[in-house]
Amino acid sequence: MTAPADVFAAVQSQFPAATARPTLDHTAINVPMGDAVAVLTTLRDTQAFDFLVDVTAVDWGVEATPRFSVVWHLLSTTTNNYVRVVAACVSDTEPVAPSISQLWAGANWHERETFDLLGIRFEGHPDLRRILMWDGYPHHPLRKDFPLAGIDTPLPDLEVGELTKATAAPAPMMGGPFVASVGEMNMTDAEPSAKDESWNERSNKPAAL
Amino acid sequence: MPTDYAFPDSAAKAAAATEAPEFQTEKMSLAMGPSHPSTHGVLRLSLELDGEMVTKCDPVLGYLHRGDEKIAENMTYNQFVPYTDRLDYLAPLANNAAYAIAVEKLANLTVPPRCQAIRVITSEMARISAHLLGLGAYGIDVGAWSVFLYSFTEREKLYKLFEELTGARFTTSYSRIGGLARDVPEGWTASVEAFCDQFLPILEEILKLLTRNKIFMDRTIGVGVISKEDAIGYGLTGPNLRGSGVAFDLRKAKPYSGYEQYDFDIPVGAKGDCYDRYLCRGEEMRQSVRIIKQAIKTFPGGDWYAKDAVRIFAPRKEKVLTSMEELINNFMIVTEGPQMPAGEVYFEAENPKGALGFFIVSKGGGVPYRLKIRGPSFCNLSILPKVCQGNLVSDVVSILGSLDFVMGECDR
Repeated sequence: MTAPADVFAAVQSQFPAATARPTLDHTAINVPMGDAVAVLTTLRDTQAFDFLVDVTAVDWGVEATPRFSVVWHLLSTTTNNYVRVVAACVSDTEPVAPSISQLWAGANWHERETFDLLGIRFEGHPDLRRILMWDGYPHHPLRKDFPLAGIDTPLPDLEVGELTKATAAPAPMMGGPFVASVGEMNMTDAEPSAKDESWNERSNKPAAL
Repeated sequence: MPTDYAFPDSAAKAAAATEAPEFQTEKMSLAMGPSHPSTHGVLRLSLELDGEMVTKCDPVLGYLHRGDEKIAENMTYNQFVPYTDRLDYLAPLANNAAYAIAVEKLANLTVPPRCQAIRVITSEMARISAHLLGLGAYGIDVGAWSVFLYSFTEREKLYKLFEELTGARFTTSYSRIGGLARDVPEGWTASVEAFCDQFLPILEEILKLLTRNKIFMDRTIGVGVISKEDAIGYGLTGPNLRGSGVAFDLRKAKPYSGYEQYDFDIPVGAKGDCYDRYLCRGEEMRQSVRIIKQAIKTFPGGDWYAKDAVRIFAPRKEKVLTSMEELINNFMIVTEGPQMPAGEVYFEAENPKGALGFFIVSKGGGVPYRLKIRGPSFCNLSILPKVCQGNLVSDVVSILGSLDFVMGECDR
């Protein structure tokens, strides 16, 4: 059985560019995007991480560089250890990551979801379509510049939209969720209110981006 | 009854059906769902059929997508608890506990044994309730109505107990970060024990309706076979993984909430077909009763919330009303949210449907920066295109029921 600490050492001996990632639980490794597939293959084949738990990504904010990181969680069903592999996307505007659906068939849907919600393009994916939002939806909702209220978009069925003139309208934010602004000295602004104020009593309905 | 069979090469079967000249027909596309009784919610299967044989299956998800992850980024940790009810809405108590444990891991908080025991009892009751619904609905799918009537009677008894404990039957919102919403009411554990005692013989009766039922066996044995390798490759968890013969259960492999103190077995299937998955669920209910009984027998006294969590867990109401500091503290926790350290944690718990995971990225403060939910049903459904191919349309119904998914946590 490999101790959790040795997993990182084993990876680093093969991939000198890998660094330890600050973590509050199990081993976490930062790798360059180019090494990601090789590192995951090594973890699967030599460290018994046979189970792909999750593929996701984090948007670090519009100004951040690198803006997107892709996160893979692996689990070993023999040693019962987890490992987190994180790679930053090179481009902030056109984020790209390699697909691992040839390593784990289950990655297929996880990658489709990450593409759908965060707009990361997985190269080599057999069928990269949206999965939760409808085909033709123009935005990536989990990006930080997408407002919580949503953005006015045409209905999935364009014919119905044309007939009824209805759209997928943003949700009013007057009802919450309520969060106080930390460190705010103006009492009115410090009052708990919906964090996303893109559409409330004080501002108008957001127009399409 | 066939005793041994190979894993079907379903792609080859589908290809053979298409190429055989005597069966050459025009392909038909059929939309099964989103409102089809066997899709248990709003799942659409876009099927391509050659006669009765499915040559291609493309699940269409997202009908129940509410953007839970986006919502979580915009509210405090405790405010998100009610949203977890609506993930796997058949086992809200288990979701509540899983989410709370994930955030407690971020806050580096240990909850007292009494809180852990209550979470174990409620999670196992949720498991029984979810599996009872799964069995009842599966029975209807394959033509056995009476199972549903029996299992829903038992669920009703569980819902009474949930209501007594949390004030709600369905949307329980029982966990808090660092504790629970309230302690168990007096005499509640005795009622749970009484339920367990009367439930065991009824469970045997319910399972007897299906286990040696000729029609049920014909429709499930050898149908929807998932090999060990496929189960792991597609990230299946819960009874679907164990039905394929992988003895992996997070309660044993990565014990949380004090599961290591309890004695229980993990049922494992031999063939990985629909029947095995059914058998696993039946046995899991017996094991859940075992766990509940042990937890009640050793039910610890003491606190039911973490004492060292003054900055996280809202103070007791009577203190808020009598002490100025506690009132301010309460105000800060409620408005700004419990202050968390910066960092990343991943925690998953063994829920009725499989491993429900929360990946939390915190930059400090009272609101998660990113909260990713790994819904077990999402992963369990991803094998559908492979396992439905080459089967008959009626088998698709059997397969869907045996995977026992819930769209709330699949679409999030």
